Amino acid sequence: MGPTSGENINPEGLGRRDLIKRSAALGLISVPTMSFLSACASSGGGGGEKAKAGKKTAKNPLGVNDTAQMEFVLFDGGFGKEYAQDAVKIYEKDFPKATVKFSATQKIQSTLQPRFNQGNPPDLIDNSGAEQMDMGVLVGKNQLADLTPLLDAASYDDPKKKVRDTLRPGIVEMGQFDGSPVWIMYYAYTVYGVWYSQKLLDSLGEKYPETWDEMLKVCEAAKKKGIAGWTYAGKYPYYIPFSLYPMIGKVGGREVLDAIDNLEPNAWKHPAVKACFEAYYELYKKGYILQGTPGLDHIQSQTAWAKGKALFIPNGSWVENESANVIPADFNLAVSAPSGIDSSDKLPFGTIWASGGEPFVVPAKAKNPEGGMEQLRIMLSEASSKNFTTKVKSLTAFNGGTTGISLTPGLKSGVAALEKAGNNVLNPRLQDWYVQLQKEKIGVAGLGEMMAGRLTPAEAIKKIQGFADEAAKDTSIKHYKHQ
Amino acid sequence: MQHGKYRFIVGFLAVPLGLYALFVVWPFIQSIYYSFTDWTGLSPEFKMVGVDNYTRMFHDDIFWKSLWHSLLFALLLPLVTISLALFFAFMINAGGRRRKGGPAVTGVRGSSFYKIVYFFPQVLSIAIVALLFAFAYNPDSGAINSLLRGIGLGSVQPLWLGDPNLALWCVMAVLVWSTVGFFVVLFSAGMASIPADLYEAALLDGAGRAGTFFRITLPLLWDTVQSGWVYMGILALGAESFAVVQIMTTGPGGPDYSTTVLVLYVYQKAFRDGQAAYATTIGVALLVVTLLFAAVVMRLGRRERLEF
Repeated sequence: MGPTSGENINPEGLGRRDLIKRSAALGLISVPTMSFLSACASSGGGGGEKAKAGKKTAKNPLGVNDTAQMEFVLFDGGFGKEYAQDAVKIYEKDFPKATVKFSATQKIQSTLQPRFNQGNPPDLIDNSGAEQMDMGVLVGKNQLADLTPLLDAASYDDPKKKVRDTLRPGIVEMGQFDGSPVWIMYYAYTVYGVWYSQKLLDSLGEKYPETWDEMLKVCEAAKKKGIAGWTYAGKYPYYIPFSLYPMIGKVGGREVLDAIDNLEPNAWKHPAVKACFEAYYELYKKGYILQGTPGLDHIQSQTAWAKGKALFIPNGSWVENESANVIPADFNLAVSAPSGIDSSDKLPFGTIWASGGEPFVVPAKAKNPEGGMEQLRIMLSEASSKNFTTKVKSLTAFNGGTTGISLTPGLKSGVAALEKAGNNVLNPRLQDWYVQLQKEKIGVAGLGEMMAGRLTPAEAIKKIQGFADEAAKDTSIKHYKHQ
Repeated sequence: MQHGKYRFIVGFLAVPLGLYALFVVWPFIQSIYYSFTDWTGLSPEFKMVGVDNYTRMFHDDIFWKSLWHSLLFALLLPLVTISLALFFAFMINAGGRRRKGGPAVTGVRGSSFYKIVYFFPQVLSIAIVALLFAFAYNPDSGAINSLLRGIGLGSVQPLWLGDPNLALWCVMAVLVWSTVGFFVVLFSAGMASIPADLYEAALLDGAGRAGTFFRITLPLLWDTVQSGWVYMGILALGAESFAVVQIMTTGPGGPDYSTTVLVLYVYQKAFRDGQAAYATTIGVALLVVTLLFAAVVMRLGRRERLEF
C-alpha cells in the first residue's frame, strides 16, 4: 500500500479486488511460517559419517578421537560465554590436533531445530533460555545421547573418582526422565527460595521468620514502615512456586511434591497444599503484597524489591546477576529456605529447593559425541567450576569449588543455605516435565489469580487439580514419574 | 503476431507464479498435510494420525478462547481504528472553519502538524511500541498510574495488564494507537482527491459538517475504507496482535487466558510444547478464519463505484 500519498490518486489504480487478494495472502503468512520448518522435516537426510572413536587411555577415558572436529553451541544468556570459551581452550590444549567449532547464540531453537530435523546436530548444546527446545520431546524422540559413559568416566582432577561422585545432590537424577539413562547434564546449580536484603531486615529489628506466624509479624512490622512484605513477578506468577513448593514439601514431606509431579489424582488436595495456599493468600488478604504486583514483570518486581519497596521476593540465585545494576552496594543480599507453618511440619526449617540449571545435552546423532562429553568432563573439573563461579556468581554442578575464591553476598548466603539444608534438598520437577501445566495453568491461571485475590485458595486448588487431571489424561504429552 | 501472444504472456508470468507456488501455495499444502500427523517439530520422524488433531482442537478450551479473542480483534479493531482515522482525516482535510480569503474547504488549524503527529507511531516497530506500553502500564511506577496519582486519583490504581477484565482492552488500545496514524494518512490522501466543487456545492445547499461527511466524503472514499478494513483485520489476526500479546501480557496470554490469541497459541504449541503438528492444525483454523473474514468484507462492501 505504498503509493497513497500522491495528491491525485487514481481511483482505478489499485483495484479493490487486487488489494483484498494481496492482503489476504499477506495475512496468511502466519500459517506458512510453520511450513519453512516443515520443509526441513521432510527433506531430512543423513548428516555424514560419525567420527571414529579414539583409544581409551587414563588421560582420555572417553576415547575421544583426537583429530575429529567438535562442535559446541552455547546459549549466550545471563552467564555469558567466557566460561565456555575458557573450557574450549583447555580442550584444544588437550587435543591439539582437533578443531573446535564454538558458537554462542540466544536463538537456540531457531538455529538448532532445523539441524535436528536434518539429522545434523552439533556435538554439545547448552539448551537454555527463552528458545529452549522441549527436553521431553527430544528425549521421547530419541534425539539425545545417554551421558552415562561421561558419569562413569574418571573425573578430570582425580582419576580414582568417577565424574558422578563429584556432583552435587540431585544433578544426576534431574538428567533422567524415565529409567536409568541420563540425558541432560545441568551445569549451573540454582538455589531457589526467599530473597531479601539482610540490611533492610536488620533495620526492622527482625530475623528471618521460621514459622508463618512469625512471617506475618515481620510483614506487619514492615507495613508499619510503609514497606510491603512481599512482591513477585506478577506477570510470570510461575516464580511463586520457587518458595511455595519447598514450603509444601517442608510442611507435608517430600511425598506430597512427588505425588504432584507424578500427576496423581487429588495430589493437590493434600492438607499441606491447602495450608500453604491459605498462608500465601493471607499475605494478599492482609495487604502485605506490594500494590500493583500482579501487573509487574520479573524485572520490574525485582527492581521495586531492590529499591526497598518490598521485603521478600521468591526467586532463584540468578537474581543477583540479573538485577546487579539495581541492587545497591550495601543491600547485603541473602536467601533463605521458605518459612514453614509451625513446629508440626514434616521437615525441619532449612528445607530448600535447589536444582540444576543450564542444561547441556549431547545429541544422539552428533558426529563426535565423545568429544562433546569430554568437553563437559573438562567443564566439571574444579578449576573450570571455580572459573565459572568467579565469573558469573553462580554455583556449578561440581560439589565444592567455592573454597579459596571470594563469594558475593548472595552466593555466600546460598552456599550457607545449602549447608543448612544438608540432605533436605527438594527438587520439584513440574517445570521441566510439564512446561505448559506449570507456567500457564498452575502459574498464571491458578497461583497468579489467587495471589491477585481473584480466586480463594479452595478455588485455586480445585482449578489446579483440574489442570493436573487434564494433563494426566492428555495423550499428546509424555508422562514421567519419580523413580 | 497473434500466435506468439500466449507464449509471450506465459513467459512473463512463469517466474512470479513459480515463486508464488513455491513460497506461498506449497507451504500451505505442507501445513495442511502436517496437521494430519503427529510431528513434534524436533525430530524428522512422524506418522499419520488422521483427524486426531482436529478432534483435539474442537475439545480444546484454550483454542476456543483464542479464537474468540482473535475474532474480537478482527471485528473491533478495524471498527475503532477506521472510525477514529476517518474522523481525524476529515478534521484535517475538511473539518476546519472557513478563514477569510482561504479556500472554501480546509482542515482545522495546524492540520499539517497533526498529520505528522498521527503518523509518528508508524515509524516505530511494533515491538518497541509494545515495550513502551508495557512500561506505561506498570501499575507500580508506570506513566499511567503515576499520572493518576499526580492528579489526585491515588485511590484509582488499576492493574491494567494484570487484570483479566482490562488486559485485552489494554492490548487493543496499543494496536489502535500504533495503527491509526497510517489510516489517517491513507484517508487524507483519498480525501485530497475528492474535488472541492462537490464540497462547495454541498455548503451552498446548507449542509453541515456531519452531512458533508456522510453524504460526500464517506461514499467517495468507500473503496479506500474497504481496503483499509481488510488490511486492518488481517493485521489484527496476524503478526501485530501476536507481537503485542507476546511482549506485553502476563504469561504471555493471560492473566487467566484473557489475552491469548490464535497466532500466539500456534507459536506456543510449535515452539514451546514441541507439538508442531497440532500447531499447524490451529494454523489451518486461522487460515479459514482469515479467508472468511476477507470474503465477508468483500461481500458486505459491494457497491457501485462512483465516478467523479
